[in-house]
Amino acid sequence: MSTAILDLPEQEFILPGTRTCAGCGLPIAYRYMLKALGPKTIMTHPACCLTILHGIYPKTPVAINAVNNTFASTAASASGLAAGLKALGREDYTVLAMAGDGGTYDMGIQALSGAAERETNFIYVCYDNEAYMNTGVQRSSATPSGAITTTTPVVPKRQPKKDFIRIMEAHHLPYLATTCSSYPGDLYNKFMKARDIKGTRFIHLAVPCPTGWGYPTGDTVKIGRLAVETGVVVLYEMEQEVLTLTGKSLSMARSGRKRPVDEYLKLQGRFRKMSAGQIEDFQRQVDERWEQLLKRAGF
Amino acid sequence: MRHHQAEWRGSPIAPACNPRFLERQCRKESITVGQTLILTGTQAAALAAKLCRVQVVAAYPITPQSKIPEVLSEYVEKGELQAEFVRVESEHSAMGVCISASIVGARVFTATAANGLAYMHEQLHWAAGARLPIVMPVTNRGLGAPWTILNDMQDTIAQRDTGWMQFYCMNNQEVLDQVILAYKVAEQLMIPTMVCFDGFRLSHTMMPVTVPSQEEVDAFLPPYRPLYTITAETPVNINPVVMTDPLPDPEGNLCPSYMGFRYRLQESFDQAAPVIAVAGREYGERFGRSYEDCLYRYKTEDADFLFVTMGSLASEASETTDLLREEGVNAGVIGLRVFRPFPVQELVKSIRKARNIAVIEKAISYGYEGALNTELKAALFSCNGHRPAVFNYIVGLGGKDVKPADLLEAAHDTIRSAENKTVQKHARWLGYGV
Repeated sequence: MSTAILDLPEQEFILPGTRTCAGCGLPIAYRYMLKALGPKTIMTHPACCLTILHGIYPKTPVAINAVNNTFASTAASASGLAAGLKALGREDYTVLAMAGDGGTYDMGIQALSGAAERETNFIYVCYDNEAYMNTGVQRSSATPSGAITTTTPVVPKRQPKKDFIRIMEAHHLPYLATTCSSYPGDLYNKFMKARDIKGTRFIHLAVPCPTGWGYPTGDTVKIGRLAVETGVVVLYEMEQEVLTLTGKSLSMARSGRKRPVDEYLKLQGRFRKMSAGQIEDFQRQVDERWEQLLKRAGF
Repeated sequence: MRHHQAEWRGSPIAPACNPRFLERQCRKESITVGQTLILTGTQAAALAAKLCRVQVVAAYPITPQSKIPEVLSEYVEKGELQAEFVRVESEHSAMGVCISASIVGARVFTATAANGLAYMHEQLHWAAGARLPIVMPVTNRGLGAPWTILNDMQDTIAQRDTGWMQFYCMNNQEVLDQVILAYKVAEQLMIPTMVCFDGFRLSHTMMPVTVPSQEEVDAFLPPYRPLYTITAETPVNINPVVMTDPLPDPEGNLCPSYMGFRYRLQESFDQAAPVIAVAGREYGERFGRSYEDCLYRYKTEDADFLFVTMGSLASEASETTDLLREEGVNAGVIGLRVFRPFPVQELVKSIRKARNIAVIEKAISYGYEGALNTELKAALFSCNGHRPAVFNYIVGLGGKDVKPADLLEAAHDTIRSAENKTVQKHARWLGYGV
């Protein structure tokens, strides 16, 4: 069961004054994450939308310790934080690494794979907004097929999104989960669970981006929900490699109801060039993945 | 091979090649020193790290450095060193781990060479900008392409402008001593430091190394005290975006701009020379080997011809100096132990009497000449009037042997050209074959 909004801790770690774009899904998710992880968290992040969120020296709206690092080295930085804190006998801190899809699917994959293989004791969050948003919406390997970006401006991206979560599964992690900024309760529960597990924990966080996706800034929660309700994003978790659907995805599996992807695609400017055939293809890919996940979850 | 007499000032340790002399020297210094072991340069570097009680080690293998993490992992696994050893998947991550472990207050260590160092390049800038006292031995090796695993100094010279101090070692005793010194100095100045020594020539060559006891090193190098401690009560955002102009903090105090932070780093470099000298003198008082002088000098007092060089080349040049003296040339050697901060004053003072100088280098700035040559000439510009003839020789790239004959040729060429009032248009390459 998801934690109800009213049952969440009152202490805030994201204070007013974040510098993200209007309608950004990231601070919504980050707020609930930190409520779950608490003040004894030290986080590290590369140059990404989070850098903007964390503000400009000498002020920051984020009330936990944060370390900036180079683009390719988020998980290496987390390894260093974990090793340093252990060496100093300060293992009561939770090490949190956060990077976008570009800093994870593309540039950060080596350091993340290395840290995961070493069973480094940290939580890695890939907040996935499906392109290099901080630099101005360039294509990443997390960009779905059919999307227009600033580096696929004329011919929308042809290749499907990299199945990065399966790559992380191949690291046999003690905890792996997917979640979405539109479901704070689901998100909170997963971070509470991750907090108390040792070893490398990976959380894939789907985050809608009005700037890059082309929808009104007031629709971020709605778009995130549609992503889940159409099965484009599936909420699940894996403990000791056992897959369990959670939240909305679980109730969809039980009810057998899933909305057509068209409802999700048509609200976003980035998909405006998709032909009927491409939408059909997209639907087929989503259905195939949904069926696989249902099967793996025992449905 | 002839051996020269030890008459130099500064380090009483002989140039690399005379074990019997070294043993004698070690006995002489036995009032303060511990035991004398026969060590390779890599073993000396690893042992020094252990004596410095490093708390986090992150390293990735690369020839000729690999023995350093191998020896350290053995220390850690046997429980002889209480440290976290992170067996990273790349050099970029090795430095990434060191940076973050240093940020939370640990004394950290890594080592690399050549392409590994080049792969770290971005992180080197980050470590310096973040003002972290990381110490990293580099076993100098040529860069690909084409591949070589053998020695030259292109790797570290190419990282000259990353904001790291660079120390160069002439023998394995200096490797051990300079690693310990590097922590002492780096932690005072908050500047990361490379301890550079020639791959294979020192890294894989066994020499007697006098090793101080743990207690003696503890007394010289107290535990690392970071500038701040991470606490949940006063969270900080470390190395964030900094603007072009100073901005006020919540209390209204103006805080540095990006350029202000850069200026502070340079300011610390400007203050580094006396800090290094004081630490080097204290090292001498405690261990009998002084590093107060940032230059190795051999027969420089009356020299009117000087070799100026770095690393183990200084020992080879010392051998050649004796041959030149037999020919009647008043020759001498200056070897830079410290390349960054560049010892302008010391260098200018020490070459004041020399008429002819041959700068011998194992690296080149393509399109111009050796970096040491350029910098020496620039330093001379700051000194009134004295304009010795300065000639540049590029030698020993990719492990090519530098023979006394090569250095004699450089000396003769310098003296001959200076007499003919010839100006050198391009650095001369010796020993490249075809």
